[in-house]
Amino acid sequence: MSRKEEIEEEVNELGREWGKKLLELLEKYGAFELEGVEIEAEELNLDLRPSAATMAPIPVGFSITLSTGQTFYYSLAGAPAAAPPAPTAPPAPPKPKIEKIIEVEFTPPVTTYSRQIEVVPIGATKAEGGTRSKRLYVGGEKAPAFYLFEAEQPPPVIAMDVFDMPIPLAKPVKEHFKDVLDNPVEWARLEAEKFKADMISIHLVSTDPLTEGRPVDKAVKVVEELLQAVDVPIAVGVPGVPEIDHQILKKAAEIGEGERLVLNSANLDTDYIGIAEAAKKYGHVVIAFTAMDFNNQKRLNRELLNAGLPRDSLIMDPTTGALGYGIEYTFSYVERFRLAGLMGDEEVAFPISCATANAWGAREAWMKAPELGPRELRGPLWETVTALTVALAGADFFMMDHPAAIQTLRDFFSYMKSSVAAKAEEIAEWVSVKI
Amino acid sequence: MSKKVGPLDIYNLLPRTNCGRCGESTCMAFATKLIDGVYELEDCPPLFEDPKYAENLAKLKELTRPMVTYIDIGPKERAVRIGGKRVLYRHELTYHNPTAIAIDVSDDLSDDEIAKRAKEIDEFKLVRIGEELKLDLIAVRSVTGDPKRFSEVVKLVMENTQKPLVLCSFDPEVLEAGLAVAKDQKPLIYAVTEKNWKDVSDLALMYDCPLAVFVPNDLKKLRSLVNTLFEKGIEKVALDPGTFLGEGFKDTINNFTMIRKAARDGDKLLGNPLIGVPLISWTKPEAVPELTKWREAWMACALLLRFADMLIMHSYDVWVQLPLLTLRQNIYTDPRKPVAVEPGLRVVGNPDENAPVMFTTNFALTYFTVMSDVEKLDCYLLVIDTEGLGVDSAIAGRKLTADKVAEAIKESGVEQKVKHRKIIVPQLAARLKGEIEDLSGWEVIVGPRDSSGIPGFLQERWKP
Repeated sequence: MSRKEEIEEEVNELGREWGKKLLELLEKYGAFELEGVEIEAEELNLDLRPSAATMAPIPVGFSITLSTGQTFYYSLAGAPAAAPPAPTAPPAPPKPKIEKIIEVEFTPPVTTYSRQIEVVPIGATKAEGGTRSKRLYVGGEKAPAFYLFEAEQPPPVIAMDVFDMPIPLAKPVKEHFKDVLDNPVEWARLEAEKFKADMISIHLVSTDPLTEGRPVDKAVKVVEELLQAVDVPIAVGVPGVPEIDHQILKKAAEIGEGERLVLNSANLDTDYIGIAEAAKKYGHVVIAFTAMDFNNQKRLNRELLNAGLPRDSLIMDPTTGALGYGIEYTFSYVERFRLAGLMGDEEVAFPISCATANAWGAREAWMKAPELGPRELRGPLWETVTALTVALAGADFFMMDHPAAIQTLRDFFSYMKSSVAAKAEEIAEWVSVKI
Repeated sequence: MSKKVGPLDIYNLLPRTNCGRCGESTCMAFATKLIDGVYELEDCPPLFEDPKYAENLAKLKELTRPMVTYIDIGPKERAVRIGGKRVLYRHELTYHNPTAIAIDVSDDLSDDEIAKRAKEIDEFKLVRIGEELKLDLIAVRSVTGDPKRFSEVVKLVMENTQKPLVLCSFDPEVLEAGLAVAKDQKPLIYAVTEKNWKDVSDLALMYDCPLAVFVPNDLKKLRSLVNTLFEKGIEKVALDPGTFLGEGFKDTINNFTMIRKAARDGDKLLGNPLIGVPLISWTKPEAVPELTKWREAWMACALLLRFADMLIMHSYDVWVQLPLLTLRQNIYTDPRKPVAVEPGLRVVGNPDENAPVMFTTNFALTYFTVMSDVEKLDCYLLVIDTEGLGVDSAIAGRKLTADKVAEAIKESGVEQKVKHRKIIVPQLAARLKGEIEDLSGWEVIVGPRDSSGIPGFLQERWKP
């Protein structure tokens, strides 16, 4: 073995170890108006600064009304008792000596939005006509993503991917599922039980003529088996072949009657009307998929609704570009859709889906490249960052692969629900921390 | 910049001499581009040189003030500019001045370690899609609290890097010791606090350096301190409202968001660059360093997306920085830039009549990725017009069809350039094989799944 190969081997060994440890450890640690106007020094000195006699705990202030009719209030509590006269010598008059912090107020810049994002229930319990152990809810935002001073952020729904035949998977992902890759039922069970998946997303890729070309009727049987094997809600995915996609989803809708499956997905090239009708008839949710196009997304949403799909049964997917491969477009589309929805555009006021596992298409995620560090860390981090990026733009429904990436996204959302204020003293001396 | 300001408002205050020193032939063109954020006022030298423009300059400064001011860290010729944001949402215009990344060097390390670390940070470089991704700043931290040691270390770091510096301490004496050595470097002083503000703000004035304001999780106090500094005549400030771990990260995200939104609404006290400190991950290390780095990495990405104009970090392992630098590269592109490149035949290297022919789509990212993988080869690359979609979605969306490929082969004239009739297609387009062969008469060879496999694939499989 050459020295270079030795180093590569060492790095990879290290990576495998950390990959495992990372997951173990993640598991261990908790299942893994006062705007616009500056106070001028002169104003303070000449007119507004309170005299020593009036200084006290009582807040002192003044207000300014602009020509626009807005009024701004300034508090001067704690302003210095005695101010030296303002020197006037040109060219640059020295500023007055300031002995105390000149206090001002802060008002959170809260906006009231005209519309709430639709709440979409997924899965149905016995009481709701299905056999799932719980119902999940996605959406319901009243403010842009993580504008926590305006509204709470609803929790995400994270589905874990299962494929109905062995497919090429990135090594860091494969590692976790290597014993079940040829058995979608066991695969789903592992995700539901060991990794506590919110729900399972089965992708019927075997129906693609370029893979096995498995007949639709036969392929859809696995949905029935999954409904038996696990009790979490289920999403059914298609191979992306327009002639086949709609057949699968219509059939799955029939088989899963009452279970409130997520049919993933209808797009403008397949029989989306037929899919919407089946979803309505059998009580399911439809993901409306378009390729990063604002108008097409609006059109597809509109036509699905016109075909009778209830408003609480639609999730949009404007396409997820992986980190490094178009994520900026996804970020801006998702942010625009969410803002437009909150501002009142009812055609886009729906939850947003993110096919996060697309991150694994990025070579930076899967490629064995010791100079870029161990892929056992690099890969799941790539998926994590892809998820976080789209989450911060406004996505609510995630389809993911790597357990560590899922855990980190969950942690992030759970931190954002904290009811305890951060304590300044915790970080007050960070500068001198010894690392 | 206020939305009401038009090019004419700017033009009327410019010298109107069409002197051309800004690079534009007319002052009107300069005014238009100034509004688009292509230029800053500094790009018009006469405004600053001739005292008769002083009054207009003051008016222009007010008119063109971005919602977030900018500050320059470092000496003029290699200053790193942070802030200068003109929009809250990326899709409204473009984010200016990519988030600067500072890596720390602490003064408790040995001289050898310090020199080595500074050099490594200085030389750190990754290349992605033809662009060099680098780290921007070095943050020298006083851990010992000893002013003498701090000045030694600042000096040592300066000998080993060209990167501008951030001097980190809350002790005015320590900061002054560093400033005495580094004053010509115009470092960012980190930080002024509620406790040290009198002395540290004096230092900022005395040494004329930009100043970071650190007030953890209290925006009223942060505003008050900035207000006081402004009163003292300090203009160039950056804000650190505190980066907290775990549940505390909620207040961090919330504060960053409130600050930037308030700036958008015209709050000048909060309309200053924002500093995030993912290094905070190291204040409570996890059981193994990799987990501490993992947390530092994702927190950095979240802060970059949530308006941070500068980040102070500890880790510069490639696996930590690669996703962050890639995200920065992505997010700081112009959202109005087309997703597609010009379709047509590209001649790569010096292909002869036996050279391989392959195709890809005109989605910019697909195209640049493939190009970077084949640029050292001699071949023909046919770029098919898929309306800017990648291979996968183009096939699903019927934008990449056998018809289109056959037509592109014919129209490109490649049939006159090579004697063979074989085309290599992306594996994701394998389903089109039969149809392309029928329509074009060319033999289709299914290529690798990822274009990084092309050089190896050609070596093994290409026989014209």
